[in-house]
Amino acid sequence: MADELELNVNGETRRVSAAPDTPLLYVLIDDLGLTGPKFGCGLAQCGACSVLVDGREVRACVYPAGSAQGREVTTLEGLPAWHARRSGAAVADPPLHPVQAAMIEEQAPQCGYCYGGMAIKAAELLADNPSPSDAEIVEAMNGHLCRCGTYPRIVAAIRRAAEAMRG
Amino acid sequence: MSAGVSRRDLLKGGGALLVGFSLADAALAQPGPPQGPDRNRIDSWIAIHADNTATVLIGYVELGQGCTTALPQVAAEELDLGLDQLRTIAHETDVTPYQGGTYSSSAIARGRPQVQLAAAEARQELLRRAAQRLGAPVEALTVERGVVSAGDRSVTYGELVGDQPFEIAFTGTAKPKAPSNYRVIGQRAPRRDVAAKVAGTHEYVQHPRLPAMLHARVLRPRGQGAYGSPPRVLSLDENSIAGIPGVRVVRLRDFVAVAAPREWDAVRAARALKIEWEHGETLPEKSALYDHMRCSAEAETVVRAEGDTAAALSGAAFTATFEGETPYQAHAPMAPNCAVADVRDGEARVFCASQDIYALRTALAGLLELPADAVTVRFAESAGTYGHSLYDDVAMAAALLSRELGAPVRVQYMREDEHGWDTFGPAHIGKVVVGADSAGKLVGYTYDGWQHSWSFTETTDQLARGTAARSWPMGPSRSVNPAVCGGMYAIPNLRLVDHPLPGAPYLRAAWLRSPLDLSFAFVSEQAIDEVARQAGLDPVEFRRRNIADLRWRGVLEVAIEASGWAPADSRPRGGDIATGRGVGLGTHLAGWGGAVAEVEVNRSTGRVRVTRLWGALDAGCAVNLAIVEAQIVGQLVQTVSRMLYEEVRFDRTGVTSLDWSSYPVARFADCPEIVPIVVQRLDRPSSGAGEEVMAAAAAAIANAFCDATGKRMRTFPFTPDRVKAALAA
Ligand code: FES
Ligand code: FES
Repeated sequence: MADELELNVNGETRRVSAAPDTPLLYVLIDDLGLTGPKFGCGLAQCGACSVLVDGREVRACVYPAGSAQGREVTTLEGLPAWHARRSGAAVADPPLHPVQAAMIEEQAPQCGYCYGGMAIKAAELLADNPSPSDAEIVEAMNGHLCRCGTYPRIVAAIRRAAEAMRG
Repeated sequence: MSAGVSRRDLLKGGGALLVGFSLADAALAQPGPPQGPDRNRIDSWIAIHADNTATVLIGYVELGQGCTTALPQVAAEELDLGLDQLRTIAHETDVTPYQGGTYSSSAIARGRPQVQLAAAEARQELLRRAAQRLGAPVEALTVERGVVSAGDRSVTYGELVGDQPFEIAFTGTAKPKAPSNYRVIGQRAPRRDVAAKVAGTHEYVQHPRLPAMLHARVLRPRGQGAYGSPPRVLSLDENSIAGIPGVRVVRLRDFVAVAAPREWDAVRAARALKIEWEHGETLPEKSALYDHMRCSAEAETVVRAEGDTAAALSGAAFTATFEGETPYQAHAPMAPNCAVADVRDGEARVFCASQDIYALRTALAGLLELPADAVTVRFAESAGTYGHSLYDDVAMAAALLSRELGAPVRVQYMREDEHGWDTFGPAHIGKVVVGADSAGKLVGYTYDGWQHSWSFTETTDQLARGTAARSWPMGPSRSVNPAVCGGMYAIPNLRLVDHPLPGAPYLRAAWLRSPLDLSFAFVSEQAIDEVARQAGLDPVEFRRRNIADLRWRGVLEVAIEASGWAPADSRPRGGDIATGRGVGLGTHLAGWGGAVAEVEVNRSTGRVRVTRLWGALDAGCAVNLAIVEAQIVGQLVQTVSRMLYEEVRFDRTGVTSLDWSSYPVARFADCPEIVPIVVQRLDRPSSGAGEEVMAAAAAAIANAFCDATGKRMRTFPFTPDRVKAALAA
C-alpha cells in the first residue's frame, strides 16, 4: 500500500513512503516534521492546514499527498522563500513574507494556531491582488476560522502588507 | 522536546540567587493538588543568573493571553532589568510553582502580586550585597538593566551572585515600587510568543515526537449523551481493521482506542473499526430542555439577600420582569486537544495543554495508580480553548494508552470528538424582576437562576474505570453572580437565588470564558433597559442614576463617549433593515466592563449583524496595554459569535453539532468594527482582563436588538428563524 512519493516541498525534493491517498497534511507533519500547517478539523472547514500547491491555497487535511506529486508545495515555513522567488530577491535566508512581518507588527495572533493557514491564504490573495479592498480581504479570508477572534488584526495586517509590497 | 527540566538544569551554567517565597494567598491554601516535593520550602521562584539575566518561573500557562510577556514585565520592573533580560521556562510540575490553575483571569490578577513580591525581595537582597561591595549605602545606589551603580563604581547582578546558587528566606519586608516610578509596567511591550507563532516555529502540544511513539485515536459514539450515562461497548470486531499495518486496539472496559506507528493509519483504523455501542436516549428532548431544567431543580439556595425585596417591588412605581433561556455553548478550540504520554517503569511523563497541571497530576496519579511524585506533567500550548475543554481528558487517554502499550503515545482528538465530547458552557434559565421608583431609582431586584454545576469526572476516566460521574459543588462561576446580577447598581433591596440542578441527565459542562456571565447579563441588563423605558428614561441616563461605584461609572462613560451616544437619536426604523444601538454593563468575578453595540436586523431574512462594538474594560493596572486591548478585541468578537451563532445541538441520544458547519462561529465577515478601550489604573491591583467585558457586550447586543425592532430576544443565539419568530410575535 505504501508507495514512494516524490514531493517538492518548500523548494526541496522530498521522498516519503506513504499511500497516495494519505492526506498531504499527515505527510507534511509526520514524515517531513513541519510545524507550520496544523490539524484543525480534517474536514476542509477551518483552514488551519492550508498550504499552497502551485501557488493555490489547498486544504492539506483533505488533499491527497499523491496529487501533490509534480507540483510545488509551500507551507508557512516556505513562505518567505516563495515570496522572495516571486519578487526576484535572494532566496537564501529570506526575510519573512510581508504578511508575516505585518502580523507581528500588528501583534495579531492570540494562540496563533490558525496563523499558518491565515498567512498562506493572505499570501495567495496578495499575489493575485496587490491592492485588495477590505471587502475583498474579508471575502478571500472568510473560509478561515480564528476561534480567538483576531480577525480585525489579520485584516489590518493584510492591509499593511499590501502597502509594504507596493513599496 | 526534553522532558524533566530539573532545578539543577535551570541553574546550570551560572550562579543563581534564589528567592524562596511563601504565598499567603488563602485561595491557594485550600486542600487540593499536591504542590510538589519542595512545596513547603519553595512556592515560587525567580532566578538571577551570572550572565546578568533572570528567569521568572511562572506557574501559569500561556494561552495566547500574553502572561509570559506580562509577568516578566512585572519582574523586570521590580528588578530594574530590561524585558530582554528576562527569561521564562515551560510550566512543569516540580519545576515551576503551583500558583493555582490558569483560569478566572488569574494569571495577572493573582500572578502579578506574587511575582512582584518575589522580585522586590530579590532586588532588596541584591542591593544589600551591592552596598557592601561598593561601600555605599543602599539609598545611594541606582540600578539600570541589572547594573548597580554608586557614583562611578558599579557591579552587575550577575557578578553579585557569583557562581554558587544560594537561597534567601522570604522576609516580606521588601516594598514593591511605587506606581509613579513604573517604567515597564503599563507599556505596550510586544508579546514574546508572537514571532514564533507567525513563523511557524512555536512549539504546540501537537508537535512533540518521541522515539518509537505511537499515534492513537479514541473511539466513542459520535456525540455524547447524558453525563452519568456513558456508552457501553456491545461488540468490537478487531478483524475489521486487519488490513491496516501495525495497528493495535486497546480496550479498557468501555474505553477503546487504536494506535499505530503512522498517524494516518490510526485515523483510518478508528474510522474502520467495527464497534457496536449501547448508547441510548439519555438526554431530554432539546425542545423541552428548559422545562426539564425547571422541573428537576433541587432546593434553592440564597446567594445574596439584602433588604426586603418583596415589599420594595410591590411598592415600586415601575417594574419589569424578564425571563431568558440560554443554550449550551462549546469551547470548540481550533485545535482538537492533544497530549503525549510516556508511562514506563513506574514513571509517567505527560505533555499536555492542561490549564492546571498540578491538579491533573493528582488525577493522573490516581488513574495510573502511581505516587504523585512519579508523575511529571509539562504544559505546552494548544489552540486557545477559553475554558475547560478536553485537555485533561486527552491527557488521561494518552497516559492509559502509553501504559497499556508500553510505548510513548500521542493522542489527538478528531474534530467530532472535540465538538461531541466537550465539557460545554452550561445552559441557563434566568428570571429577573426589577423595580424602580418614580425618580428612576432602582428599589428592588431579584434574580433566580437555574443551572447545573460543572462535571468533575472526565469521560476517559468514566469509560476506562467506570468512575462515577461526579459534579463540582456549586460555587462562583457556576452560581448566580452578584457582580453581574445587579452588582453594578446601588439597589437597597436585592435577592439572588440559585436553583441548582443535578448534573444528570444533562450534557457535560464546565467553565467557558466568562462562565454564565453572558447569560446573566443578557437577562439582567435587558430588564434594566425595560424598566428604564417604563420610567421614560434613556438607558444610559437610567444607569447613571443608579450607579454609585466610580469604576462602573467610569467604564460606562468612556464607552458612551467613544460611541458618540446621544439620548434622542433617531434612526430609520422602517424598511427591511432596522438599526439599533444598546448599552450593557457586566464583568466576571472582578473588574468592570461596559459596552455599546450597534446592530442591523434584516426583517425579511431574520439576519442580525453587529456593525459596531465598543468595549471598555477597567481591569485595574493593565500591565501591558497592548495585550489588554487585544484581549478586549478577542472577547468582543467571541461575544458576537456567542450571541449570534453558537449553540450546541443534540437529540435524545447525543450531541449532533459535531463540526464547524453544524456549530458555526463568527467569521471574518461577521466582525463588527471594534473599538477596545482600556481604563488604565496603574495604582490599582490588576484584576484580570481575559473575560471581563463579554457580559457587557452580550447585554449591549441584546439591548440594541430591541432598540432596532421593539422586540426582546429571550434566548440566544439570534438565529434567523428565532429572529423572524420574535418579530412576528
Ligand atoms: S484542518 Fe484542514 S481545513 Fe481544518
Ligand atoms: S489566534 Fe487562536 S485561533 Fe486564531
